[in-house]
Amino acid sequence: MRAFYAAVTCLFLLFFFASSAMPVVEEYMPPPMTEGMFPCSNCHATMEVNRKKRVLKEEHTDIKLHHAETMRWCLDCHDAKNRDKLRLYNGDLIDFTESYRLCGECHGNVYKDWKAGLHGKRVGYFAGPGKRTYYLCANCHNPHDPKFKPLKPEPPPYRPEENHDGISR
Amino acid sequence: MEYQDKQRYTRREFLRNLSLTTVAGMSIPLLSSCSKEEAEDFLQKHFHEMTREEKKVVIAKLEERYSRKYGKKFEISTKEAIPNTLWGYGLELSRCIGCRRCVYACVRENNNSRYKPQLHWIRVLRLKRGTLINLDDSEHYYDPPQVPEKGFLYLPVQCQHCEDPPCVKVCPVHATWKEPDGLVVVDYNWCIGCRYCIAACPYKGRVFNWAEPNIPPEEVNPSVHYLGNRPRMKCAVDKCTFCIQRVRNGRYPACVEACPTGTRKFGNLLDPDSEIRYIIDRKRAFRLKEDLNTEPKFYYFFET
Repeated sequence: MRAFYAAVTCLFLLFFFASSAMPVVEEYMPPPMTEGMFPCSNCHATMEVNRKKRVLKEEHTDIKLHHAETMRWCLDCHDAKNRDKLRLYNGDLIDFTESYRLCGECHGNVYKDWKAGLHGKRVGYFAGPGKRTYYLCANCHNPHDPKFKPLKPEPPPYRPEENHDGISR
Repeated sequence: MEYQDKQRYTRREFLRNLSLTTVAGMSIPLLSSCSKEEAEDFLQKHFHEMTREEKKVVIAKLEERYSRKYGKKFEISTKEAIPNTLWGYGLELSRCIGCRRCVYACVRENNNSRYKPQLHWIRVLRLKRGTLINLDDSEHYYDPPQVPEKGFLYLPVQCQHCEDPPCVKVCPVHATWKEPDGLVVVDYNWCIGCRYCIAACPYKGRVFNWAEPNIPPEEVNPSVHYLGNRPRMKCAVDKCTFCIQRVRNGRYPACVEACPTGTRKFGNLLDPDSEIRYIIDRKRAFRLKEDLNTEPKFYYFFET
């Protein structure tokens, strides 16, 4: 009987520690990419680098830069040599999935709040073993035009007189 | 004197027993006139007084009844509060754009009646900028083509899950109470529909099922909690439960997930590393009608 109790206790402890040691899955939303564009090097690898500020007429015509556009152009954020990467101030190359590091270089305060889970959006689980899912900056703000666009609101609630049986809807 | 002490009944006891017998006697024809289901419901105990076995029987009965009514397999949870939790909510006022996505996500998640009566647990108030404290001038029927509108601020209000809830105090039958994790819940079966709680709530956080709820069977959410989003019945009061069925499993409430601007935050007030504590420690946070000493656990704040 004693051995049985010992075994049960051991098993319980094992489960207890195993569950506390289990890593919590933290996941970022995939960055929003225009379909069929990535990897960028498909086209850019063979193209000559043109650093001139200009109106893009053949490709990327949908991008209208409204993000401190007077002092910025494509290659300030996108790397000239490896277009599949973004480029930090110090020259480090990062993936699009890590774009928040680039955003954080200017928006330090927001970055700090975002890391704490305050700015931005999180969905799924916040406690227990469930998967945490974090939105990237670019999931909500278009990096080329980050200001939020107005939305159509959902319909207002019925007024009391509309909520009664007498009026059909 | 001695003689009186030996008396078996005092007059008061006699009258009480007589009236109880009368009520019991009168209820026999009453109960026999209604269906078995209705009689069972009527005789069902308060949620706190049920034993584990009795709860199981009630859950099985309800699961069967809901499945029959909505054609989906229901799972009714009675999961209890997690120790060392006190749920708190944060809402960033400068970011809310008043789009009401939360309102309808809440309705779908919580099996609210869709129309006649239409019951919303979240009410988005529109206020003129600069008149934040004057809730009398708020408007919640606003319907512009696009939001946000210039010069307005939006203030969503739902149950504030007060630490000292006035609604709980006034309930004459203890059908509503505060759970150990701070959620104010309702036992819909025990509620007698007197609506004292609706009158007592300073936040208009509660709504009443004036008629049998209208839920389209294809939209019904079958993952429910007994004290939360299970389909209600006519004459029951219901209200926001911070999505008890989700948060007790560590999942964000439906309104948090629906918000397109990330205005809504949620977490455990007792966990110093939680998002909600970060807000209270570092941001300009306030609660609605703090002067009433209801101690809401719903914090409005400004990010900067």
